[in-house]
Amino acid sequence: MPEPYASLTSRVVPLPRENVDTDQIVPARFLKVTDKAGLAEALFRDWRFDEHGRLNDPPFALDRPGMAGRQILLVGGNFGSGSSREHAAWALVAWGVRAIISTSFADIFRSNALKNGVLPIVVDAATHRRLFELIEAEPDAELTVDLAERGVRLPDGSTIDFDVDPFARLMLLRGTDELGYLLARTPQIEAWESRHPGRVDTTAAATAN
Amino acid sequence: MTTPRTLVDKIWDDHVVAHEAGAPSVLAIDLHLVHEVTSPQAFSGLRTRALRVRHPERTVATADHSVPTHPRDLPILDALAAAQVQQLTDNCAEFGIPLHGLGSPGQGIVHVIGPQLGLTQPGMTIVCGDSHTSTHGAFGALAFGIGTSEVEMVLATQCLLQHRPQTYEVRVDGRLATGVSAKDIILALIARIGVGGGTGHVFEYTGGAIRALTMEQRMTVCNMSIEGGARAGLIAPDDTTFEYLAGRTHAPRDGAWDSAVAAWRGLPTDVGAAYDRAVSIDASALEPMITYGTNPGMGIPITSRVPDPTAQPDPSQRRALERALEYMDLRPGQPILGQKVDVVFIGSCTNGRISDLRLAAAALRGRRVADGVRVMVVPGSDEVKREAEREGLDDVFRAAGAEWREAGCSMCIAMNGDQLAPGQYAVSTSNRNFEGRQGKGGRTFLASPLTAVASAVAGAVADPRALPGIESVAGLGGR
Repeated sequence: MPEPYASLTSRVVPLPRENVDTDQIVPARFLKVTDKAGLAEALFRDWRFDEHGRLNDPPFALDRPGMAGRQILLVGGNFGSGSSREHAAWALVAWGVRAIISTSFADIFRSNALKNGVLPIVVDAATHRRLFELIEAEPDAELTVDLAERGVRLPDGSTIDFDVDPFARLMLLRGTDELGYLLARTPQIEAWESRHPGRVDTTAAATAN
Repeated sequence: MTTPRTLVDKIWDDHVVAHEAGAPSVLAIDLHLVHEVTSPQAFSGLRTRALRVRHPERTVATADHSVPTHPRDLPILDALAAAQVQQLTDNCAEFGIPLHGLGSPGQGIVHVIGPQLGLTQPGMTIVCGDSHTSTHGAFGALAFGIGTSEVEMVLATQCLLQHRPQTYEVRVDGRLATGVSAKDIILALIARIGVGGGTGHVFEYTGGAIRALTMEQRMTVCNMSIEGGARAGLIAPDDTTFEYLAGRTHAPRDGAWDSAVAAWRGLPTDVGAAYDRAVSIDASALEPMITYGTNPGMGIPITSRVPDPTAQPDPSQRRALERALEYMDLRPGQPILGQKVDVVFIGSCTNGRISDLRLAAAALRGRRVADGVRVMVVPGSDEVKREAEREGLDDVFRAAGAEWREAGCSMCIAMNGDQLAPGQYAVSTSNRNFEGRQGKGGRTFLASPLTAVASAVAGAVADPRALPGIESVAGLGGR
């Protein structure tokens, strides 16, 4: 269960690519794990390392000097498209990412990120361009992500407001998870089920086969 | 008078357990499909909280993603994959979930076995920790991929927290030309709207060209909805759906069948219901499609040339295209026809069903795979494999020089050792051409089974319409 999501101040890793799919975030060969640990090494593996496991030269964005420890990614549109693998969110968390700024996120990735304490922040195209220009001009600029206030503060003191699903925001701020919420609704679920019998019985397959 | 509703609205309304202000709806899930790769951490979560699986009888599991496609009497050589498959077996035993494991006759790709068993039915909500769960939408079910946290929620509560999705009508009218298939419809759609075009939406495929498709062809279309950014893609159920479903293991029987069909006939979108967005495609204008780049939206008609990045006005799109062509080692403006091919992969939840294999075998019968080309044919399930063998399709493939493998996801996701070598080119009937998807450094052209066979024979990307006898072959699976 994630910790309550406090506001954070961090420098930014810029990753100006469109349609980054989850196969790039964590290649499939790293999906054979049965726990969530150790995935930091798998993060963007094939963009970071050559076939011998050596860092690429020049290094990928994450591996440039001074990037370690940064908690905010600034990425191109439609980030996290493709596979539903939650390993993508786990790997980002393992590396230390807590917020990602883009013009859009793929639906399943956004849902997975929120459940792991990674905040997807959607900004409009003009703001997006402005942020990339800012980070290009000042690579060590710090942004403050304030989920409670739904704003990203820039070094000049101005704030970019963002929308976030109110329920997801509350879950993040409280550090609670959706399963707890669902379990607390067991009486409603039981009542609904008493009026709606199951549509299939998969266990009948064992006898049928 | 009631407000006209879409198919999605009707299924949604039927499954809302609770809705509180400021929160997503609690949505009941009718069927949960489980596989070895996205479930271990969910079962661990249940153990941590001392929870049981609420409805094991609405859950079914199989091993498909990381399993080898070599003969089943050989062990799984990859220790991690072996452990993962074993863990699925143990988890299913502990929590009482029926498992169609390796070596069992029901094993296969999770999205192939659901429909095959008759578990996938109209009007249902269906989820799986796999983005290609959209496949099941072909039956008029609201079916979508979920992450592992959500897998855990469904195991524990048989519910999910969801916002009502927006709807997107994809209308496909007209008649497909010979040699053009369901795969070409969906590749054309994604090329048109882009890989993020359907984000936040659910597609509903409508129109005469969709009605004319068989169930397996409809599954091919719905399967790749997620590649257009839509978590789900549905087709309203009709007589084609009911005929496919009748008599399957888990389909309702006798009186229950009649009342089920009566209810299912009420599912199609009402006249006058509004979609949030819409796009229209003329099927009769489509050519066989093929991708040239590193996402499924980078597709072109097969007789076209590879796009030129300098013609792209948007700088980020231009960079993306330049990067894709560099990865693919293709030149702007070159024809895609004639591009050499090292491997051809026929299979996956997109095109690994029996009608796909019948079509591929018919096109390959009496021909030879070009020298130096490896062709892998991987049935979508053990049942598909047995049926193909009953029909002698395996002999056709072997005689042509193709490999006939055991069922699984195989080179679609390349977790199991079936993969491209760096730099190799493949024509693949699967669903993703992302960098490294079919093996690090591998280069994928997505296409239909007919295009795959034509390319296997030519040793290069080839137009299936030029295959001798294509008229009689293409009629086989329906169009």
